[in-house]
Amino acid sequence: MRIKKHPVLEFKRDKKITFTYNGKQIEAYQGETIAAALYAAGIRVLKASSKYDRPRGLFCAIGNCSSCHMVVDGIPNVKTCITKVKEGMVVQEEIGKGDLID
Amino acid sequence: MIETDILVIGGGPAGMTAALKAADNSAQVIIVEKYHQLGGQLIKQTHRFFGSKKEQAGIRGIEIAKKLTDRIKEHNNIKVLTEATAQGYYEDGILTVSQNNKVIKIKSKKLIIATGASEKMLSFKNNDLPGVYGAGAVQTLMNLYGILPGEKIVMVGAGNIGLIVTYQLLQAGVKVEAVIEASDKIGGYLVHASKIRRAGVPIYTNHSIKRAIGDRSVEAAEIVKLDNNWNEIKGTEKIIKADTICLAVGLRPLTDLLVQAGCEMAYIPELGGDVPLRDDNLKTTNNDIFVAGDTAGIEEATAAMLEGEIAGLKAVSEVGHLKNNIFSELKRLKDELKKLRSGPEGKVISQGIKKARGDSNAGKNRYTHLR
Repeated sequence: MRIKKHPVLEFKRDKKITFTYNGKQIEAYQGETIAAALYAAGIRVLKASSKYDRPRGLFCAIGNCSSCHMVVDGIPNVKTCITKVKEGMVVQEEIGKGDLID
Repeated sequence: MIETDILVIGGGPAGMTAALKAADNSAQVIIVEKYHQLGGQLIKQTHRFFGSKKEQAGIRGIEIAKKLTDRIKEHNNIKVLTEATAQGYYEDGILTVSQNNKVIKIKSKKLIIATGASEKMLSFKNNDLPGVYGAGAVQTLMNLYGILPGEKIVMVGAGNIGLIVTYQLLQAGVKVEAVIEASDKIGGYLVHASKIRRAGVPIYTNHSIKRAIGDRSVEAAEIVKLDNNWNEIKGTEKIIKADTICLAVGLRPLTDLLVQAGCEMAYIPELGGDVPLRDDNLKTTNNDIFVAGDTAGIEEATAAMLEGEIAGLKAVSEVGHLKNNIFSELKRLKDELKKLRSGPEGKVISQGIKKARGDSNAGKNRYTHLR
C-alpha cells in the first residue's frame, strides 16, 4: 500500500510504467526499485531459499543481505532492492541457486 | 583504467564528507556508491538529529543528505559512480568495481573505505519469513518510496533506532502493536520512548521474540518474558497478531573490503564487532587505506561525518595537494569528535577506539586475512 499523506514527507511520484512479475502485469513508478514496486503491489515473497525452498522476501533493502535475489530479464541473482524497475522488465521469482544455464 | 588521487567507497555521511574535504583541497576524487543516489542511510532519516549543536543537531537526516549531495554534484573535482559495487582491492593499488555488468578498474593514490554497516539478525524460529525486516528496510520502504511495510507491526528492540522507527511508523499511519526489549531497560533516549508511549504503544522490557508465525509471510509474533539471566520464563508466551516484525537489534560494521584488502582487523565489541585497526587519522595498517564512519565502528552520523573529514584531510595531505598547514584543522576536527564522545555512550566508543589503535588489549584479537 502506498502512503498518500505524511506529516513530514512529500512523495513526488514519477511516471507510471509497467513490468511483469511471473508473467503478471504490475504497475510501478519510474525511479523506484523492483522490490519496492513489488511490495507496493502486495507481493512479499521474492524468491525461494536454495536448500529448503522456503519463501524469502526483503530483509535489509540496501543491497547487503541477498534475501531479495530474483531473475530479472533472464539474469539470476539480481539484487532487486537496489535495482531500479524499468518499463517492460521481466521479473521472476528465483528458485534454487539461480543458474545462468537451464 | 581510470586514475584518481582519492577513491572513496560508499557515499553515505562519512564518504561524502571525506570526498568533499579532499576535493576542496584540490584533489581529484571518485566516489563509488552501490545505490542509485548518494546519502547512505541519511536519505531515510526523517527525524531531527541529536548530538553536537555545531554539527547539524536539530536538522533532519534527509536535509543533511541533500545539502551534502548538492555540494558534491556541483564540485568539479568529484566524480560519482552510482549503482556501482566495489569488488576488491589489489596490491598494485587498483580497485575493481562492477557497474552495469561491466568491470571498471580504478587506480588511486589513497583509498577511503566508508561502507557503513549492516543490520544484525536475531535467532528465532521462522526468522526468514517474509515480513521479518530490519529497521532500515522498513525506513527505506516507508520514507524513501512511500510504501507501507505492513499494517500491524511488532518492533523488536527499544534502542534509539527501534524507538525512532516506531515513531516514524506511527507518522505513516501504521499500527505498532508493541515494542519489545530483551534487557530490563529502554536503551534509547527517554524522550523518544515517551513520545511513542503517549501514542499508546506499549513497551515491554524483559521480553524477547520466540517465533514468527505464518505460512508464506508473517501473520503473528510469539513473544516471551525473560528472567534476569535472559532465560525464557515458561508460561509467559503471548501471541500478537501482526503482519510485520521489525528488528532493531543493532548494526555491525561492513568490513569485507577491508578484510579482503589485507588490513589488520580486531574484534572489538565496543565498536560493534570486527573493525580495522587504525591510527587517530583513521589510517588503517595499510599506508594507502583510510576508514571512516560505521565501517570503523558503530556510532551515529555526526561522528561519521567528522571521521570522514579527518580521513579526507589526512589523505589529501599525503597526495601532496595541500597548500596550507593541516595540523590546526585536523586538531579542530579531532577536538570536536572528542567533545561529541564525552557522554556515556561516547565513553564506551572511546574505549573501543583505544583498542582499535592497537595500544592496549586488541593484540590477542587481531587477525589479517591470509593472502
